[in-house]
Formats: sequence, structure tokens, C-alpha cells
Amino acid sequence: MNAIQHAGAPAVAPNPVAILRERAFTLVVWLALLTMPYWMGAVGGYTELASRVVIMGLAAMALNFLLGFTGVLSFGQAAYFGLGAYGTAMTIKYLVPSTPLALLVGIAVASVAAMVIGFLIRKLRGVYFAMVTIAFGQVFYFITFRWNNVTGGDDGLTGWRRQPLHLGFADIDLLAHDKVFYYFALAVFALCVAVMAFILRSPFGRTLIAIRENERRARFLGIPVEQHIWLSFVISGLFASVAGGLYALLSNFVDPRALRWDMSGNFVIMAVLGGMRSFWGPLIGAAIFVVLQDFVSSRTENWMSFVGVFFMLVVLFFPRGVLGIFKRRTSK
Amino acid sequence: MSILQVKNASKHFGRLVAVNGVSLTVEPGELRAVIGPNGAGKTTFFNLISGFFPPTSGSIVFDGRDITDFSEHRRVEMGMARTFQITEIFPELTARENVRVAVEVACGARMKPWLAAAAKRRVAARVDELLEMGGIAAMADRLVGELSHGDQRATEIMMSLALNPRLLLLDEPTAGMGDQETYHVTKLIRRLHKDQKLSIVLIEHDMRVIFHLADRIMVLAEGAVLAEGTPDEIAANERVQAAYLGKAA
Repeated sequence: MNAIQHAGAPAVAPNPVAILRERAFTLVVWLALLTMPYWMGAVGGYTELASRVVIMGLAAMALNFLLGFTGVLSFGQAAYFGLGAYGTAMTIKYLVPSTPLALLVGIAVASVAAMVIGFLIRKLRGVYFAMVTIAFGQVFYFITFRWNNVTGGDDGLTGWRRQPLHLGFADIDLLAHDKVFYYFALAVFALCVAVMAFILRSPFGRTLIAIRENERRARFLGIPVEQHIWLSFVISGLFASVAGGLYALLSNFVDPRALRWDMSGNFVIMAVLGGMRSFWGPLIGAAIFVVLQDFVSSRTENWMSFVGVFFMLVVLFFPRGVLGIFKRRTSK
Repeated sequence: MSILQVKNASKHFGRLVAVNGVSLTVEPGELRAVIGPNGAGKTTFFNLISGFFPPTSGSIVFDGRDITDFSEHRRVEMGMARTFQITEIFPELTARENVRVAVEVACGARMKPWLAAAAKRRVAARVDELLEMGGIAAMADRLVGELSHGDQRATEIMMSLALNPRLLLLDEPTAGMGDQETYHVTKLIRRLHKDQKLSIVLIEHDMRVIFHLADRIMVLAEGAVLAEGTPDEIAANERVQAAYLGKAA
């Protein structure tokens, strides 16, 4: 069939050309990511922007694990993104000055939240599911917003910074250079993306795609759909929290906007923009979103209206996202 | 022991009584047809058996166990599989992938992050076997949403069969099909019944299909049992003729 659409969840025996095309595309993505800090400057960007692309790409891909590969729309993934960010930041500020430990704490906190909330809402579908995820997300937003003396409230949490990595054989100072942090973020990104791709190729992953395709059929094949959606929700929340932790580390700062509902909306926009049926689509969507945001917001405050127009054009003319355009062209 | 015993099952939707005190006993290896005019409650009755929703009253015993309160997937685990009036498949996956999901669930791998090489080969062999049996091996790697109605139906039946059921519930398997496709699917069902000794309950409108396949027939009308018997008895039954056959013919 086609390479892009099935990337991450390949057919049993797709034709060899499709396999080759899929591998070639994956290779191009990794080459671009590995060299990004070195050409970002040439196209008007900077290393921190490259880091933001990778981090937001991870968040959008995490959301898409649930949206594109399980068929469930969450409008509240920023809650887990934000919990990951605050968990990381607060651990460094209040508990232990260790970057990896702080990330792990952030991930643990967010995953537990995703487990509890996912369990409560696993029977809801469609708009109801989306609405309730927004509502839960806003709960965390208001907690961080109000709890001034611990979270810093509206001003955000400052007075901490990412710590050097102690690997035993070498110390890596993540603060010394933007590029060092970029490659740290990229390594974490690679691990997360590999795990997600691995899950999607597993028998469990195929049950998720089955649920997306036809929930009723999946149910009467003997798949306990609620349980599988719950697990997918937790996995999605977990990887969103990794992105959140990196996001806090990138700026040495976090504020309540990281877990507000419009951040959740941004993740959905990135996924749809890039193509939610493809594995890499959300990364492409995130890259477009982040670069557009950076480029346009330096010229006008109304950058969101430009992103909005672009989004509408893509949705109207290329309902399968930017990678869908590519797919359409290559499949002819 | 009977494979399926429905005892006095009723289903109310508000004030509408869709199924009213229907009892049914199916013996192992039997092919039972359920017929009746539109709105007789046939599909609702099927939904009660398969656990789509619980009955308002009555009980369902499957393989000697009361399963009235069991979820759909527990019934599937116990060996009950069903197809739907409107074919339910995974349209954007290939026929092979459709069947593979069913085979993997049936061998208890639905939560597994990977399969060992030997298990993978067993799954692939079973998938091939089912595709062959359903006559869809030639289009196994095409998206199932692009296949003909008859091939989609065959895929759905094969997915149900992948679950190694002891009772197969088929809701109008030949609905909306041409003669050629109807013949193809009828032959397939007959083979499952005769060769594999599978117990089957079948809802059907096409009288030729029913009289060709069924051991016994139950006639539903307005949610209640109108008659029950062999195809010959049903054909000779005057109440059935008045309520159903007369109008259909």
C-alpha cells in the first residue's frame, strides 16, 4: 500500500517497494534530527528552537499514540505534559539536584495521575471523553496557578536549573552548551519513540489499531476494550510527561500554561497538521507549528491566527495531514 | 448437555417489548435458524445471547454455565463468536491483518509486547489456513474495505472462526448479496457445520438458504416464539405461513 501511512504499524506482507520507502523515510527523519543543530542556524533558526521541535514532537507523538493509533481523542494531554514538567522542576528545586532522577519523578507522578484519571473515564467515548479530559486537565492547571508558595503560581517556578549528568565514566554539563542539551533531549526522544513503535508492532499494539478501526468488532473478538484504552491512555500520558520534563529542563523554568487546555489543543493541532494516521506525522506537525510560532510571533502578536489559517487549509484540502500530501503524491 | 439454553429471555426498551419471554435450546453440532418478519426481535435476541446488552429478565446458559451477567469478551473466551447484520471489520487493515488480530487474541496474546518466533509462525500458519478456508487467500493483502461485500463477509466469518468458537452466531450472513455471493457464503457455512461439527445459530431472510442449511427453525414474531420445528414442519405450519411465508412469497 503506502509507506507513510503504515509506518510504525506495517502490514503483514506489504510490497517490497513500500517497505523500502518506509525505511528510507525513517532514515531521512533520523538524519535530519541528528544534524538539526548544524543547519537550523542556516535556515534562520537556533539550537533551542531545534530542541523545542524535538520536545513538542515527542508530546504530539505521545498524544497520537492515543488519537491516531487507538482512535481516542484526549483534549487534556497537557495535564500529563505539565505534571511531568512540574514534577521534574520541583524535584530539582526542592528534593535532589539530579536531572535523570527529577525526570523519573515527573514521569512517575504524571503516570499515576494518568492511571487514576484514565480508569475513571475509560468507558466514555467521543466528545464526552474529550470534554472530561479537558476538565481534569484544568484541575491541575488551577492547582499550579493557585498554590503560589510551592509552584510559583502564575509567575512560574524559577530558581532551579538542570543539573549535570553523572554517567560514572564522564560528566556531561547540560547547561554548558545548547547543543549538548539538544542531544540529551534527542536521546530521550529516540528511546521513547522506539518504545512506542515497538508497542505498535506488538500483538497489544494491533489490538489498539483494531479498536480504532472498529470498536464493536474488537469487543466481539474478545478484546476488553476499556482495559486496552486505559492502557493506551496511560502510555500516552507517560510519554507526554517525558516531553514535559524535557520542556521544563530546556528553559530551566515552568509555568501553569504548560498544563492549560490550550496546550492540549496545540498537541492535537500538531498531530492533525502532520497527519495522525502516520507514525512520524505529529513530529512534522510539531516542527511546522513550533517554527511558524517562532517565526510569526517575532513579527506579530497574532501568530495564532496564521497558524489557524494554515491549519484550516491543511484540514480542508489534505485531511490526512501534511504527510498525507506526500503519501498521495507517492502512491500514484 | 445443550450448548446453549436461553430461558424465558425478555428485553424491554422503555415501554417497547422487543423480546418477550423467548426460550431456545441448541444442541451441540446443531444448526438452528431464527426467522421472522422485520421487527420480530431477532437481532435483539442475538444481542442478548452475545452480551451486547443484558436481558431485562430471563437467563442464558452457555455450556452449562449461567452467563447472563458475563461481559462480551468473557463469552468470547468461553467459545462464543458472532458476526453482525452489517459487516463489522477493520476496513483500513488488510484481510490478513484482520484475521491476524483475531488469531492473536484467540491464542491469548492480546496483552503481549512480542511473540516468540515459534508462536509467530504458528499464528501465521493459522491465519493462512483461515484465509484459505474462507476463499480469500488471493486478496489477503488488500485492504479489506476495498473488497467485495461477499469477501468482506467471508473475512468476518473467518475472524469469528479464528476464535475457535463452539457456538457461532451469524446475523443475516447473506444480507445484501447477489446469487453468486450467497451461494459462496452458504457453502462456507454448510462446510463449517458439516465438517467441523460447529454449533451455529443463524438469522436469515433468504428461505432457500434456511431450508438448505437448518436442522431446526425457530420463528419469531412480535418478540415472541410463533413456532419451532424442522424445516418441513415450519413450511407446513399455517400460522407461520400467515405471519411470514405467505407475505414473503
